[in-house]
Amino acid sequence: MTKVTMTVNGKSVSGDVEGRTLLASFLREDQGLTGTHIGCDTSQCGACVVHVDGVAVKSCTMLAAEADGASVDTIEGQANADGSLNVIQQAFQDHHGLQCGFCTPGMVMSAAALLKDNPKPTEQEVREYLEGNICRCTGYHNIVKAIMAASGQDVTAIAAE
Amino acid sequence: MPKDTGIGAATVRREDVRFLTGTGEYTDDIQLAKQTYAVFARSTVAHGTIKSIDTSAAEAMPGVLAVFTGEDFVEVGGNPAGWLINSRDGEPMKEPKRPVLAHGKVRHVGDAYAAVIAETAQQARDAVEAIEADIEELDAIVDMNAALSGSNFVHDEIGTNQCFDWGWIEDNREATDNAIKNAHHVTTLELVNNRLVPNAMEPRASIGSYKASTGEYTLHTTSQNPHLTRLLISAFVLGIPENMLTVIAPDVGGGFGSKIYHYGEEALVLAAAKKIGRPVKWTADRTESFLTDAHGRDHVTKIELALDKDGKFLAFRTDTKANVGAYLSNFSTATPTFLHGTLMAGNYTVPLVYVNVKAVFTNTAPVDAYRGAGRPEATYSIERVIDKAARELGMDPIELRRKNFVKPDQYPFASAAGLEYDAGNYDALMDKMEEVADVAGFEARRKESEAKGLLRGFGVNAYIEACGIAPSNLVGVLGSRVGLYDAATVRVNATGNLSVMVGAHSHGQGHETAFPQVVAEMLGIDPGVIDIVHGDTSKIPFGMGTYGSRSLAVCGSAVVRATEKIINKAKKIAGHMLEASEHDITLADGVFSVSGTDKSVTFGEVALKAYIPHEYPLEDIEPGLEETAFYDPANFTYPSGAYACEVEVDPETGKVTVDRMTAVDDFGNVINPMIVTGQVHGGLAQGIGQALVENTTYDENGQLLSASYMDYTMPRADDMPMFAVDHSQGTPCTHNPLGVKGCGEAGAIGSPPTVVNAVIDALQSGGKDVKHIDMPVSPARVWEAMQ
Amino acid sequence: MYNFDVEKPGTIAEAATAMRVEDAQALGGGQTLIPTLKQRLAGPSKLVSLKGVAEMQGISKDGNTLRIGGATIHAAVAAEGSYSALAALAAHIGDPAVRNRGTIGGSLANNDPAACYPAAALASGATIVTNTREIAADDYFQGMFDTALDEGEIITAVSFPIPQAANYQKFVQPASRFALVGVFVAKYTDGVRVAVTGASNEGVFRWTEAETALSANFSATALDGLSVSPDNMITDLHGSATYRAHLVKVMTGRAVTAAS
Repeated sequence: MTKVTMTVNGKSVSGDVEGRTLLASFLREDQGLTGTHIGCDTSQCGACVVHVDGVAVKSCTMLAAEADGASVDTIEGQANADGSLNVIQQAFQDHHGLQCGFCTPGMVMSAAALLKDNPKPTEQEVREYLEGNICRCTGYHNIVKAIMAASGQDVTAIAAE
Repeated sequence: MPKDTGIGAATVRREDVRFLTGTGEYTDDIQLAKQTYAVFARSTVAHGTIKSIDTSAAEAMPGVLAVFTGEDFVEVGGNPAGWLINSRDGEPMKEPKRPVLAHGKVRHVGDAYAAVIAETAQQARDAVEAIEADIEELDAIVDMNAALSGSNFVHDEIGTNQCFDWGWIEDNREATDNAIKNAHHVTTLELVNNRLVPNAMEPRASIGSYKASTGEYTLHTTSQNPHLTRLLISAFVLGIPENMLTVIAPDVGGGFGSKIYHYGEEALVLAAAKKIGRPVKWTADRTESFLTDAHGRDHVTKIELALDKDGKFLAFRTDTKANVGAYLSNFSTATPTFLHGTLMAGNYTVPLVYVNVKAVFTNTAPVDAYRGAGRPEATYSIERVIDKAARELGMDPIELRRKNFVKPDQYPFASAAGLEYDAGNYDALMDKMEEVADVAGFEARRKESEAKGLLRGFGVNAYIEACGIAPSNLVGVLGSRVGLYDAATVRVNATGNLSVMVGAHSHGQGHETAFPQVVAEMLGIDPGVIDIVHGDTSKIPFGMGTYGSRSLAVCGSAVVRATEKIINKAKKIAGHMLEASEHDITLADGVFSVSGTDKSVTFGEVALKAYIPHEYPLEDIEPGLEETAFYDPANFTYPSGAYACEVEVDPETGKVTVDRMTAVDDFGNVINPMIVTGQVHGGLAQGIGQALVENTTYDENGQLLSASYMDYTMPRADDMPMFAVDHSQGTPCTHNPLGVKGCGEAGAIGSPPTVVNAVIDALQSGGKDVKHIDMPVSPARVWEAMQ
Repeated sequence: MYNFDVEKPGTIAEAATAMRVEDAQALGGGQTLIPTLKQRLAGPSKLVSLKGVAEMQGISKDGNTLRIGGATIHAAVAAEGSYSALAALAAHIGDPAVRNRGTIGGSLANNDPAACYPAAALASGATIVTNTREIAADDYFQGMFDTALDEGEIITAVSFPIPQAANYQKFVQPASRFALVGVFVAKYTDGVRVAVTGASNEGVFRWTEAETALSANFSATALDGLSVSPDNMITDLHGSATYRAHLVKVMTGRAVTAAS
């Protein structure tokens, strides 16, 4: 076991991990941050996306030991300081961008990473950026719409409801 | 004008907040005190005889608490089939035992034959590798034709791989044969309805726990229907009395059918928890899910359509082999029969239908209901053969359908496949589809595509399905071993807020938002004071859960009935408070008033009175304000729709891109249009996925080649277009109180033939005489068809 | 996963030392290695993480050569403008989160037969720089998952001569999003190089007939008379050898057109 220390959602945390402990497992099991989900074993589904030092990574495909000293942001740290939903989260609710909710944390974290780099993405850019986030419920329509709305673009032309 | 609250309002979902902030609680998120972990030893061969299993080395491994094999469950029951099908000759279907852990033989890759319980999941997995199993590999039975002709059996004790040979409607067989023999024109099509893996994003997981002091068991599990799971475990598998077993399905990350069924892992974690005296958790990894979740579809069908010289349909006849896999999953026998054959008349006035289905055991994962369950198979067969007939006869595919539609003045309509359609207007749906899809603009779009070197095709589809399952008396006659009602309890608390306990389970469908819309509308109160409780058998009335697009039509009706009882009782209380007859009391906007007077009391005042019954007519009215209703539907609901798809095909590579997808559905009355639209979107994506990319593939040895997302293609964001969805043409269901029809599966039912019809149209437009390509219509298959 | 130790050296020399332990394995971004370890298909005693080796990071241009540190992530290559075809290729490996972890050195060391970078390296005549030597791309790729690397050898950098024109066309395997067939075409003053990934049982390879034709006439029509043999092409559930052979020609033509 080795000790790792990292900043998670602004707070310094530490714990003892094995070499094989994944960042996702460290967050879920050691830190109790179960909003980060594990939906596959092959780094495809994206339910586990978190930000490490400001960029999106798949926390099920990164060792906790590799995140030693890093700053990690998870879904639990995304809401506004007063606890209200942030702009992306609110857009997901407003546009029904989630159903079962399992892929949602990864979607929100990917969306946040996208909008940081590309504040006004086109529909096609949003779809391409979500290549590593699989949703089985929504058909993506409302996720794409929500992200475009979160970017401040007018989405009224995209099919109703 | 859209409403902003109550029935018909596009209310945003209250449950979203916890999912968006990472505070949902799925089964694997739960950590119970002193929790241990189960890992299963699974067969790597598709078919084999278990000669011996030596667990001694595994038992000695660090952290190991117990090891189980099939021997440990010989004395208990098995996981049963929920629906008895009789063959054409009257013989009941073959029902081999499905044990908790494989015993004697392993029958598919992934079949669990042992389980290790250890302090950590890694220790359990290490110990699984130390189990020495001597399994003698047998030839795998994969191909259904070979299964039916050979002498190698999945279940030796039944001496055949045919589960049943079912005919529907058997009395129409001869007449159908004659109609086809004598018809002006017969169109024939052989097709495959491809096997799909449901792939809920949350893998299955279960935690068993046991309290020795009381003998109570608790199972947290990824289920769409906790009461059904409890019933199966109690009555058939482990014999735990129902009052000693609580099943809790917390937040569940999608189901699509795969989490209806009881699985052996659930029984194992319960038995293990009792044995070691600590909670036992199991969580599937994704490959485990691929290997062991119940799959969907997997039909091979020959369909014939007989027409007269004017294009009127005279008969449909189909011959289907349905793969049920290695064991009978709980509803695997209903799906290819009564959920499939009864829909084989489609939206049409065709007078004769005959369906033959042979169900076949193979050394593959069990196959059961997956979003649509039988109706996508029926719709695909019907709507593909109609398209082929239109081409053969040189008729417009929309006109050919319209010519044969059931017309609005024909309801209730007795279909040739034995159902009574209560309401619909298929021409209105088709009209709306033509408008929304801009059919008139297609030729111009085709020219634009051609200018880019791409072939554009237009595909159309009309579907009807039967959902909101189901009338218990009817399904009982047809072989169901369960009733299919649902239940709700409305509890008005003393301070005026409400808890509504429902049998349906919400795992994406938005019940926590939609059900309060109904209750709030009826009571005239703020939906915000109404809370939905679901998923815990210790809290909710006995309900049958969520599948078959039934939550609103069946459980929602129970909610209405229970709320009506609340209103009736509240009127009595209000009448007492207002010194008026209950018959003179009206309820509007949450206020009870005496007709023709200005006397009134609020809903909250009545609630408080019910729980503080001072000056209360205790001799006439019980205190309290809580009512339960069970609702058993009189008929299925019959959503229908007209769909259109436009694809572009790259003739050099065969790649198909869906450019436009239009779904016009009749769901009757709509409670929350935002949620309904979302349900359609999801169904469309799964249907497009089936049509174009989803590719479950077993090799001849029964190895699943598509056992991870590296090879099984999940539709991704950049595979999908924006969808055009409309439900303005609703004809209310005539037999449930809300006039609603199920919307959960429609998209997955209507879209696959629409997409394939469009691909064929595209290829034909490019001068390629391609009449059919089996799904998934992959680039390689399209390209090969063009050669 | 079987357990292992994790070591995080700060220099190439330290990394090389760490790799001397029996069954030690280099860890680049881990985007292929970690999923492999999850399946327990490998059991290294130690993973030597190269992420912290500063001298293996970053991209520099020297004349007409682009040198990319072995631990440089795909996202960094995608953002570098001097070799646009290579940047475009990197921008479509995996997905954004994978591109934030996966490294060029890791990809080339693994030499997946459907990976994208091998096509770029081979078509560009790149030089694979290791802690002990430099290896020409033509000598480096030795078949599916097989390279010229010795035990414990670490890719520290890759040098790409920047071509006059180039393009990569990837026809994706729809599930994994690796290449079902990917073709990288690069035109240099001394001729055209064409490298194909995803198609062959032998891993990445050069389509020499196309190179000859395109060197004479850098136009898609130059391919008209050519055909690709399906012998030794991959057949799997996503496509037959014949289909892949067909796609090689189609993708080559499209790459030439796009590069022209």
